[in-house]
Amino acid sequence: MIGGLFIYNHKGEVLISRVYRDDIGRNAVDAFRVNVIHARQQVRSPVTNIARTSFFHVKRANIWLAAVTKQNVNAAMVFEFLYKMCDVMAAYFGKISEENIKNNFVLIYELLDEILDFGYPQNSETGALKTFITQQGIKGQHQTKEEQSQITSQVTGQIGWRREGIKYRRNELFLDVLESVNLLMSPQGQVLSAHVSGRVVMKSYLSGMPECKFGMNDKIVIDKAGKGATSDEAGKSELGGSSGKQSIAIDDCTFHQCVRLSKFDSERSISFIPPDGEYELMRYRTTKDIILPFRVIPLVREVGRTKLEVKVVIKSNFKPSLLAQKIEVRIPTPLNTSGVQVICMKGKAKYKASENAIVWKIKRMAGMKESQISAEIELLPTNDKKKWARPPISMNFEVPFAPSGLKVRYLKVFESKLNYSDHDVIKWVRYIGRSGIYETRC
Amino acid sequence: MPAVSKGDGMRGLAVFISDIRNCKSKEAEIKRINKELANIRSKFKGDKALDGYSKKKYVCKLLFIFLLGHDIDFGHMEAVNLLSSNKYTEKQIGYLFISVLVNSNSDLIRLINNAIKNDLSSRNPTFMNLALHCIANVGSREMAEAFAADVPRILVAGDTMDSVKQSAALCLLRLNRTSPDLVPMGEWTARVVHLLNDQHLGVVTAATSLITTLAQKNPDDFKTSVSLAVARLSRIVTSASTDLQDYTYYFVAAPWLSVKLLRLLQCYPPPEDAAIRGRLTECLETILNKAQEPPKSKKVQHSNAKNAVLFEAISLIIHHDSEPTLLVRACNQLGQFLQHRETNLRYLALESMCTLASSEFSHEAVKTHIDTVINALKTERDVSVRQRAVDLLYAMCDRSNAKQIVAEMLSYLETADYSIREEIVLKVAILAEKYAVDYTWYVDTILNLIRIAGDYVSEEVWYRVIQIVINRDDVQGYAAKTVFEALQAPACHENLVKVGGYILGEFGNLIAGDPRSSPLVQFNLLHSKFHLCSVPTRALLLSAYIKFINLFPEVKGTIQEVLRSDSQLRNADVELQQRAVEYLRLSCIASTDILATVLEEMPPFPERESSILAKLKRKKGPGTVPDIEENRKERNANVNGGTNHTTTTPNAKVAAAASPDLLGLGSPSPLSSTPPALPPTAASLLIDVFSENSPGAAAAAAAAAAPIAVPAAPVADDNFSSITPESLHVADSILADVQEPTDKFVCKNNGVLYENQLLQIGLKCEYRQSLGRMYVFFGNKTSTQFLSFATSVVCQEPLASQLNVHPKPVDPTVDGGAQLQQIINIECVSDFVEAAVLNIQFRYGGILQNIAVKLPITLNKFFQPTEMISQDFFQRWKQLSAPQQEVQNIFKAKHSMDTEVTKAKIIGFGVALLDGVDPNPSNFVGAGVIHTKTTQVGCLLRLEPNTQAQMYRLTLRTSRDTVSQRLCDLLSDQF
Repeated sequence: MIGGLFIYNHKGEVLISRVYRDDIGRNAVDAFRVNVIHARQQVRSPVTNIARTSFFHVKRANIWLAAVTKQNVNAAMVFEFLYKMCDVMAAYFGKISEENIKNNFVLIYELLDEILDFGYPQNSETGALKTFITQQGIKGQHQTKEEQSQITSQVTGQIGWRREGIKYRRNELFLDVLESVNLLMSPQGQVLSAHVSGRVVMKSYLSGMPECKFGMNDKIVIDKAGKGATSDEAGKSELGGSSGKQSIAIDDCTFHQCVRLSKFDSERSISFIPPDGEYELMRYRTTKDIILPFRVIPLVREVGRTKLEVKVVIKSNFKPSLLAQKIEVRIPTPLNTSGVQVICMKGKAKYKASENAIVWKIKRMAGMKESQISAEIELLPTNDKKKWARPPISMNFEVPFAPSGLKVRYLKVFESKLNYSDHDVIKWVRYIGRSGIYETRC
Repeated sequence: MPAVSKGDGMRGLAVFISDIRNCKSKEAEIKRINKELANIRSKFKGDKALDGYSKKKYVCKLLFIFLLGHDIDFGHMEAVNLLSSNKYTEKQIGYLFISVLVNSNSDLIRLINNAIKNDLSSRNPTFMNLALHCIANVGSREMAEAFAADVPRILVAGDTMDSVKQSAALCLLRLNRTSPDLVPMGEWTARVVHLLNDQHLGVVTAATSLITTLAQKNPDDFKTSVSLAVARLSRIVTSASTDLQDYTYYFVAAPWLSVKLLRLLQCYPPPEDAAIRGRLTECLETILNKAQEPPKSKKVQHSNAKNAVLFEAISLIIHHDSEPTLLVRACNQLGQFLQHRETNLRYLALESMCTLASSEFSHEAVKTHIDTVINALKTERDVSVRQRAVDLLYAMCDRSNAKQIVAEMLSYLETADYSIREEIVLKVAILAEKYAVDYTWYVDTILNLIRIAGDYVSEEVWYRVIQIVINRDDVQGYAAKTVFEALQAPACHENLVKVGGYILGEFGNLIAGDPRSSPLVQFNLLHSKFHLCSVPTRALLLSAYIKFINLFPEVKGTIQEVLRSDSQLRNADVELQQRAVEYLRLSCIASTDILATVLEEMPPFPERESSILAKLKRKKGPGTVPDIEENRKERNANVNGGTNHTTTTPNAKVAAAASPDLLGLGSPSPLSSTPPALPPTAASLLIDVFSENSPGAAAAAAAAAAPIAVPAAPVADDNFSSITPESLHVADSILADVQEPTDKFVCKNNGVLYENQLLQIGLKCEYRQSLGRMYVFFGNKTSTQFLSFATSVVCQEPLASQLNVHPKPVDPTVDGGAQLQQIINIECVSDFVEAAVLNIQFRYGGILQNIAVKLPITLNKFFQPTEMISQDFFQRWKQLSAPQQEVQNIFKAKHSMDTEVTKAKIIGFGVALLDGVDPNPSNFVGAGVIHTKTTQVGCLLRLEPNTQAQMYRLTLRTSRDTVSQRLCDLLSDQF
């Protein structure tokens, strides 16, 4: 279990230090600073073991969050907790920065007391936390005894994430499918590794205690239902997909605590009572049949020892009606570059010496198009005999569809006590595909 | 020297550095550096030539970036260009870059060396200095190779400026330190010595350092420096002279030079010339006198400089160790420092006194300060000073004050710092033993030691008590009584229980008469501690119990009851279980006579050097204590009673226990030495007993033999009783490896020499006259690589002078499944008997493998067959008729007596098989000449088989008796 939690600024000064267990001494704070933050060699591993004490850290901007333990804990759990901690802090005071942490340190200690008890993570649902950890002073809190007891019963009750008696005039529901696609491709266009990690994020404004059911084109469900005549439903779910593919294979997924896992295990159906406001319904990962939105074709020619010619072609590979945005191609240059000339057909390209790369930016690009850049790089002869390692060309973009092929088939809302039905709820669905680590070797 | 003037400062560099300092994060810093690097690259690449200033600026930036920890792989050329600039600042930056970033890049090194050479030969002193500094800063072998000849020349040249001489001396010192083999000694050495007379302080100081280093290597070449150094020293020290009086540092004349001169003098024994000697004594006296004078300044620098010279003078006095008056004065001076306010001075005083204590002249003088030192031990705040005080007490201890010192150390031990406790324990143990007049005092002291600092009492210490008690009859009773009393304390340290168990087990009978310590009381007392102890102690206690059974038959029932209990007979620890089972059976079956024999009192231990002393030396490492000890032995055996009192006596067991790593090899000896002589009947009876009961009976006699030794030697058996059988076995098998294969190669030249699971060694040999070549094939039978593969051929005397074996070097790795070939060239110098051994060493899966194989190089390999007719043969046969020239052997056939096989073997042996010489056709006759480098030995042989008796008669006649014998031995084994 987590023995303590420290927050440092970029200089390694301690901003927050909360120790939960006696086996973590004061020197642990310094040990992490000396061995990780101020280490001579940059520490890449998120888990560091110093004197039989494990340090798990994440970095947000210039802030280091480190969880410490002497026991053999589940590292995934600790990181999940740290990420959650970041979310909670972001929900309370926005961006995580040194300034904000210093201004809110009382609040942070209060939160840490609530979400970790003797090193065991507790309820970290922002919505629930906000009902009883508020930023107003004691005087500002006009809570009656009933309200307080209501909070207690809700937090300790069965459905800790939603309180009763919520009422909205308009019952609305927003559903975002956010995916990031990761790729490593050989110069010849062979896919070396590719996977999509996606999230389904919901924002619900529903009255009462509604029961929801979420359906998508999960292969197992479709195959099961395939025997029955459900073609109408399948037809309905075609919300602008490009391929005729019916179903996708999900490698693994995790759900928000509100989803009834027993029902998922037995019937593979996702049913839940949603929290109020924004939350992440599920996370998943797929590795098969990924639609790669862009193809990068590199061409690098070394002309003698002092010159290099680079030509890169990018092709968009999706419906022409869709528009990709925020496209950025990053072409690494050798360390002994002394001058660069770039010509590109579309967008803007620039040699950024501070990053040792040519950065080519295109604002928008429709599907099934193609564009290219060519650059001449002058090199300075060096004493080093070793060859340039040719790091891969990386790419960033945003596309309005899900590269995994995931489709939302339905989201039904049932509320038996209040008089609104599934048809009265206004539902919004949006797909966003972003690049993760999208690289092509050259 | 020209300094960097304001106008010459580089603004761009300053801006860049301040930019980097203002970076908020590491990433920002890297970005800024990348940008700057790109800028510099484009500037260097640019078509228009850069002027010296901007070149210097960019090289400076690169240097700064490099010092921040980033790689720089360009700009070397620009830096080298800067070297040839005529501006001081540009040249300086160029040299700075080179000395920081130089690598052994061949084309650049040549340019750099060229530039340095130019500067060295220029007449400009600043340029020469820069070049010399660069050589010294880089200090690599390449630099040494290129300039080792030039630097001494500059150093002794008449027209060299003083500052350059100084740099040259330091540069030479550095080269001499890094690659001493490359610095040539020559006529310049004599002239360097005369630099001691130079007028320039810097030159003298630098030269003194250089001479000191050189003199340590070859003292004879620099002997003349002694008189010069003394003269110089006396000129500095005696105020009458005006030499270098300008160089006073807080009223002390040239302190650094004085210290260095005194150091130089410490390289040599006291000067033999009386005049010089007198002058030196005078100097040292003056220095000691000056220490008495009131300080000329209150500043700390003044006293520091003065004391530095003083301490160096005292070390010289101690080093010479010849002037009693000086030694005593030094000692008194140090005595004053013992109470000085300054902690550092107290520390240094204690340290110097430690060395003084070992001198016969000053030992008594040191002893007068004992109270001060003891006081220091008690009141000193700084632990390192206390540590020195302990060292000094140890050094000044002799018979007269041993009791006081040991008592003080014991009382200090209670409050001592944890880090030095173990050392103090060892020291107390050694002193107590060394100066014990009364051994009851010794026993008391050690028991006290265990009581006070049981955790820090190492095994050796309590082994030692037991050895001494066993070897000295007079203390045994007292020891038993004291131990018994000590054990009555409610909480005893485990070491005390061990000592108690052992001593009561041996000598409990001596105090059994007293009803307060009757056998049963003794046993109950020991057994009350049993459950709190660790396994080795329990094992020892079990041995003590079985000894009790022997000593006091009346408690036999009680003890057997204890042994029979489940906690013993079924103990989870196999050693305890085995002991309980064996002792129980032993006590049930064996008669009292056998018991008395088996469990006899331990014989006295043989006398040897104290293992505690060895341990203390090990702990201290090379340096302080061993030096003192050795010095003391060398100089004055009588002062500290060092040698006349070597009761220091560990035994085989302690040696074995102290070095468990040796056990694997040395196991046979301790085994054979430890058990008391057992009557054979008792031994066999015991083996029967054990084979019936002990679970490990399958381990046969060796395993059974170990437990017999157990009762008699409980100290040692813990370590090897379980190891012995295997290690013996291992030793056997290795021996077999070495022995076996040579025989089959006597008559043939190729085949497999050796094979195990990992490695196969094949052989192919060719011999011509006295020369031979052997191809050895090492086949890796595994799929993994052998690493650090190395072979060596060992020829022991007298073989080394008789046979030259030259293996060619081999690759250090052998890939899985691959074969490695090694060529070994052989030359036979004279006739020989022994076989050369091929040692193979390699790493397989991280484990070092060692294989030793005898190489089948035998004398007969150097045969040249000789054809001759019957008449010649018999003529020669008769010539070789002297009795020592003929060797005959009659032996039984080991193989079937096939004629063809025998023929092949004789031909393979190397001689020509002569048909139709012998009248009896079934006999074999052969002739040949053995070629060695020195001589040729003719050889005739005759083999007469007797098929009915399955016997052979082999007769050999050669012109040398040793050859005849060897060949006969070799050939006899083949049939």
